[in-house]
Amino acid sequence: MSQDIFVITEHLQGHVSDISYVMLAAARVLSKGSGGKVIAILLGNEAKSLSDNFAADEVFYLDHPKLAEFTPDAYNAVLGGLIGNHSPRAVLFGDTSIGGDLAGKLSARLNLPLISHCLKVYAEGSVLKFTSQICGGKIMAEGDLPEPTVLVMMVPGGYKPEEGQSEQPPKVTAIPVPGLEDLRITLTQYIEPETGDVDISKEPLLIAIGRGIQTEDNIELAQELADAIGGVVCGSRPVVDQGWLQASRLVGKSGKAVKPKIYLAMGISGAPEHAEAITGSNMIIAINMDSTAPIFNIAKYGTTADLFDLVPVLTEQVKAAKNG
Amino acid sequence: MNIIVAIKLVPDLVEELSIDADGTALDTTWMRLIINEFDDHAIEQGILLKESNGGQVTVIAPDAEGIDDMLFTAAAKGVDRVIKLTGNFGTTTNNHALGRALAAVIDTMQPDIVLTGVQAHNDLDGPTGPLLAEFIKRPYVGYVAGVKVDGGKAQIRKEYPGGLVADMEVTLPAVLGIQAAEKPPRYVPISKVRQAMKTTTIEEQEIQELTPEGGPTISRMFQPEAAERATMIEGSEDEIASRIVAILKEQGVF
Repeated sequence: MSQDIFVITEHLQGHVSDISYVMLAAARVLSKGSGGKVIAILLGNEAKSLSDNFAADEVFYLDHPKLAEFTPDAYNAVLGGLIGNHSPRAVLFGDTSIGGDLAGKLSARLNLPLISHCLKVYAEGSVLKFTSQICGGKIMAEGDLPEPTVLVMMVPGGYKPEEGQSEQPPKVTAIPVPGLEDLRITLTQYIEPETGDVDISKEPLLIAIGRGIQTEDNIELAQELADAIGGVVCGSRPVVDQGWLQASRLVGKSGKAVKPKIYLAMGISGAPEHAEAITGSNMIIAINMDSTAPIFNIAKYGTTADLFDLVPVLTEQVKAAKNG
Repeated sequence: MNIIVAIKLVPDLVEELSIDADGTALDTTWMRLIINEFDDHAIEQGILLKESNGGQVTVIAPDAEGIDDMLFTAAAKGVDRVIKLTGNFGTTTNNHALGRALAAVIDTMQPDIVLTGVQAHNDLDGPTGPLLAEFIKRPYVGYVAGVKVDGGKAQIRKEYPGGLVADMEVTLPAVLGIQAAEKPPRYVPISKVRQAMKTTTIEEQEIQELTPEGGPTISRMFQPEAAERATMIEGSEDEIASRIVAILKEQGVF
């Protein structure tokens, strides 16, 4: 058993994901309370240099051709042994497409408690605590991190990625990798995102629509406003899942992060999966009838007017202002 | 093909949420429950697989207010068999407990593929899928938006941030966490649901024990106070629109 904090770092196609640095920043907070080290766990193939800017006391590097890119079975096989042998105080995973395939399986396999949707961690003396963000950002839940070992899935937003970076490369220890035979999940290929007609991550004026737009026909309302302003229509997950907008127009966790000058959010609640991708916006203006919608916590201006009444009026006024 | 879909109900976020008197859980008195939207996609993907490969789709859900209607709706969409887990289920039942309950029932059914929503907005101890997968010792992949089955293998499409997609091959039986079905969940008219109510029997399976082992203990639950809240624009549509136009002008949009 140890008081160390493990961070299961994530990378795809040779790029370290920001959540890895967010977790390293959180791990630093926990290690101050536990008195242990921050240990970054890196699985890869000839990928040691990915850890050069990790703000960690030590990196455990596990190299194997079958670990070159993420697959759930190979990662689980390796991490089960590592966590079981070392028994750290806490293991941080991303609440992501990678961490989500690992933490639950390892919790059940190693019989270790698991906490998800974790936004922040704290140390009060040697007692370690967590705050999770649930119900689309409307509810926070707090508690102590169970002892002696706990698995935690972290969402972005609690720490800046820069807080988990360092100019001083950390000490790297190579850890032997067990045999990886009989894997039941293999990577066939990657498919790069469709480029689409526009790149929303580079557009300065975005008219974004969410579930509140209600029907496909209503998208015309947003399009007319976008045409009047000279902006581009994008949307949140429910709108793209319905097939009302192309996948290239998706803003959020599984889509693009955007940083426009103006982000006009219409009928978007601002759940964490969406909010994390728009915090780089210069100004967010939100139209949503639910006054408790989390979007109002990150917007500069907001209104609870009915978008179906407001948007046509707004479009006319924008046209008038441009012509005047 | 034996296709099983595990679903659950979650609080409807359109309604106002409140915290109970202890300050450690959601107040369920007036809470409206709806199907977890990812589970709705899992049902759709299950039916699509049945349509392409043949077989039977079974939907399993823990008991909750409104679950019967949800199961009849699934039957009306084309699900063959619906099972309700009964016992001491509540909104505080965690996913470790649910995962063990589902595993006990599903393992005996010898599924070829088990689908569930990739996550739910109220998960505090991880999503159900990977827990269930390990309890029945099967592989798991989540964030899946596309499944094709051929022989004993599934070709799945897994989503990563930024729109990157990975195609993976999974040896069946397996558990998949569905992010989105290949088509939007189908609409079913209320008349068909009423018909399903007459022709479908909800099978019940009693779960004896639901222990919370594996999840955290919550000491405090609260609604977050924003550090900075939006300046709210009030008035008629005309007034609100002119204020927004003025803001856009200030920002140099036109």
